Amino acid sequence: MGHDGINQGRRNFLIGATSVVGAAGVVGATVPFVGSWSPSAKALAAGAPIRVDIGKLNPGDILGPIPAWRDRPIFVVHRTEEMMSRLNSMNDRLADPDSAQEKQPDYARNETRSIRPDIGILIGICTHLSCSPKFNPTIAPQAYDSEWVGGFYCPCHGSKFDLAGRVYKEVPAPTNLEVPPHFFESESVVVIGEDGEVA
Amino acid sequence: MGGFLKNLLLVVALFCISVQIYGAGSNYPLMRMDPDLDDKASLQRGMQTFMNYCFGCHSLQYQRYNRTARDLGIPEELMLKHLIFDPDVRIGSLMENSISEENAKQWFGAVPPDLTLVARLRGGRDINNRPDWLYTFLLTFYEDTARPLGVNNLVFENVGMPHPLVNLQGLQQKVCKDVPQLAENGGEMRNPLTNEYITENLCGSDLIARGISPLQVVEGTGQLTPEEYEVLVYDLTNFLYYVAEPIRADRERIGIYVLIFLAILYVFTRLLAREYHKEYH
Amino acid sequence: MATMQKSLQNVMNWVDERLPVTETYEKHLSKYYAPKNFNIWYIFGVLSVFVLVLQLVTGIWLTMNYIPAGDRAFASVEFIMRDVEFGWMLRYMHSTGASAFFVVVYLHMFRGLIYGSYKKPRELIWILGMLIYLALMAEGFFGYLLPWGNMSYWGAQVIVSLVGAVPFWGEDLAIWVRGDFNMSEVALNRFFALHVVLVPLALIVLVFLHILALHEVGSNNPDGIDVKATVDDEGKPLDTVPFHPYYTIGHDLPAIVLFLFVFCAVMFFYPDGGGYLIEHPNFEPADPLKTPELIAPVWYYTPFYSMLRACTYPLFGMTAKFWGLVVMAGAIAILFVLPWLDRSPVKSIRYKGKASKIFLTLFVISFFILGYLGTVHPTPMKTALAQLCTGIYFAYFLLMPWYTSVETTKPVPTRVPD
Repeated sequence: MGHDGINQGRRNFLIGATSVVGAAGVVGATVPFVGSWSPSAKALAAGAPIRVDIGKLNPGDILGPIPAWRDRPIFVVHRTEEMMSRLNSMNDRLADPDSAQEKQPDYARNETRSIRPDIGILIGICTHLSCSPKFNPTIAPQAYDSEWVGGFYCPCHGSKFDLAGRVYKEVPAPTNLEVPPHFFESESVVVIGEDGEVA
Repeated sequence: MGGFLKNLLLVVALFCISVQIYGAGSNYPLMRMDPDLDDKASLQRGMQTFMNYCFGCHSLQYQRYNRTARDLGIPEELMLKHLIFDPDVRIGSLMENSISEENAKQWFGAVPPDLTLVARLRGGRDINNRPDWLYTFLLTFYEDTARPLGVNNLVFENVGMPHPLVNLQGLQQKVCKDVPQLAENGGEMRNPLTNEYITENLCGSDLIARGISPLQVVEGTGQLTPEEYEVLVYDLTNFLYYVAEPIRADRERIGIYVLIFLAILYVFTRLLAREYHKEYH
Repeated sequence: MATMQKSLQNVMNWVDERLPVTETYEKHLSKYYAPKNFNIWYIFGVLSVFVLVLQLVTGIWLTMNYIPAGDRAFASVEFIMRDVEFGWMLRYMHSTGASAFFVVVYLHMFRGLIYGSYKKPRELIWILGMLIYLALMAEGFFGYLLPWGNMSYWGAQVIVSLVGAVPFWGEDLAIWVRGDFNMSEVALNRFFALHVVLVPLALIVLVFLHILALHEVGSNNPDGIDVKATVDDEGKPLDTVPFHPYYTIGHDLPAIVLFLFVFCAVMFFYPDGGGYLIEHPNFEPADPLKTPELIAPVWYYTPFYSMLRACTYPLFGMTAKFWGLVVMAGAIAILFVLPWLDRSPVKSIRYKGKASKIFLTLFVISFFILGYLGTVHPTPMKTALAQLCTGIYFAYFLLMPWYTSVETTKPVPTRVPD
């Protein structure tokens, strides 16, 4: 198309400018499509924090795997004095006794992996392949451990965790049980799924 | 474009302008209600009225509490405390109620419908979908002893519900009123000596034709004055207008930005197109 | 820079040896020679493809959250409107897009009527286009049931019961279509499959064939001149320009943006279109016990609905309802044979005689009137008007072999006028 009067410079500028504005439009047009994949209000509502009343939870008892938070079973363990004293007796058998790995909020990186030493809040999903571990607080030799001093045992592949959810050495599970964000709204109500305000 | 096609387009345009489409429905002239989604105070009052007087029977099952709280500017704790009466309900829940369908059928003959979308169902055909019908509906309940629940409604003939706000508005009755007579030129006639209006007694449809309400509140039956009640109904209708399409205000706002962008893009594409056009024209 | 271009060329060569990408690009874009006198009536084909893509993409995204079950469909649409991020925008794009599709397709068909784009050798393009139109009407009909609103339900109830007008097998046929004795969620489930999978596939195939058939013979133009009659030494028609970039960028790009402007104005500010784009009775769930005051199909079907209702006399032992069905089907069927009804020696209305212009004008006016009448309650006077307009509609076609051969036409130039 050899016509006189094609200003190639002007044409190139217009091609460039239109492409830039057009590209911005294309990006804008993808926003509703990409955005619609975000969790819906229904998912957000279902994933909202839950309130658990532990007023009637006696020492030595456990609440769980109901209630669930975000479809994950929650264990709420009311540890006795005796259980708490036992917690540090076998650190040498634990793979991550100091909770070095990021499986808990900062306020739960302590000896008892909790805010209150007597209330343990754990996500009841074995960190190996997601089975549901069983709570066994007795101090007695078990088939899976001749020196069992209480904790969680996963029946699927034999992983063991102590009463603070810390994983034993030489079991399939690689890490401690996860501690969800939580805070105590009052003496008897714990909110699970949200960090409390910094004290 | 050739002359023939230009003429054809003109004919089509004239046709479209001249056609008037009448909406189906009641004959009672609707009172105009201009909603205002920016008036959060009005929306909050409207929600309060709804939760207190309507929600027992009519759910808003497609809308969530936290969405309403956010859009109306109500802190969630306040909503939980003052507007949600079921302790098991969480702030993210849908606004469902617990009226028994069986009981409702027994009491009213029909299950009270969910009202989330009623303002769109009964909305006007104008660009704002004005909720004139709902507004007029809430204002025109009147006593009718022939009806099983004792009331009727000027825009919803033989409505199957009682008047939920009767304690606030008071009970209206169909009355005849003395109204100024109209002269041939449409002016109101006065007695030339006393300067008082010359009146005639009109009832029912004659009053309506004159643009005057055929209803009157029985003295002492309502807690609110007619003016106060109209404000309450405005707020309630405003709230229902919001709840029918909570995204409305946002969509209009985003729309303006989109149109401005497209106008700019159009200028660029037009200039670019003309570049190529020059080559062969 | 030069090495980058050379590498790109190498890559293209590798691909072209295995898949004719460059050849296809040239044949259908950069070396597809289109007449240089295209005007505004020639943008509606591109716009149709654009809206098709829009509907496909928004439709797929809606399917991610829509639930095609009788007790959940309506709620799932409100879920999309309120709970899904930007769900409201996806919904409105799709509902506005459905009406936009018909606006654009009707204007595209009108271009065919005025410029004789259906005449030899383009009859097959026209037939494929008519099949696309049929598929589109089916798509709209199936899609409208999906929100499971009260107008969805009753509109489908009325139209499917039309099938019952067919003699002998009508009732059984209606039951077979519904899969049930009355309109129910059985129909909803199957219409969902048809709307989301079957008809879109058919549309895509038909559009592909439609464009292929067009490119085989080349585009018509507003003067109806045969541009291939005058070629240069290399065989390229003189009065043409390469489709890309002269029409892609020079014609269609601003048209698409302008279309988007109008589309977005409607979508963001008037999505229900005063009750014509989203009919107000659809804001309550389907209720077999509660008939809407006025059952009107969506605006793009109303001309044909009018014709259906205009048939009020039983004849030859067949019910009026049956004749209504025949007339309505005939009104669409007759479009298929248009290429053989037009006996004019010229293609474009610009060179046809007065008779063609008069009949076309009457045709357009009657189509609009029929469209309006389909949205309101019938009265004796309106029915008479509908009958008159139906007559005019058919006269445009049935008398065409006569008036196109007897009228005086103007001579068509051999070269495109400047």
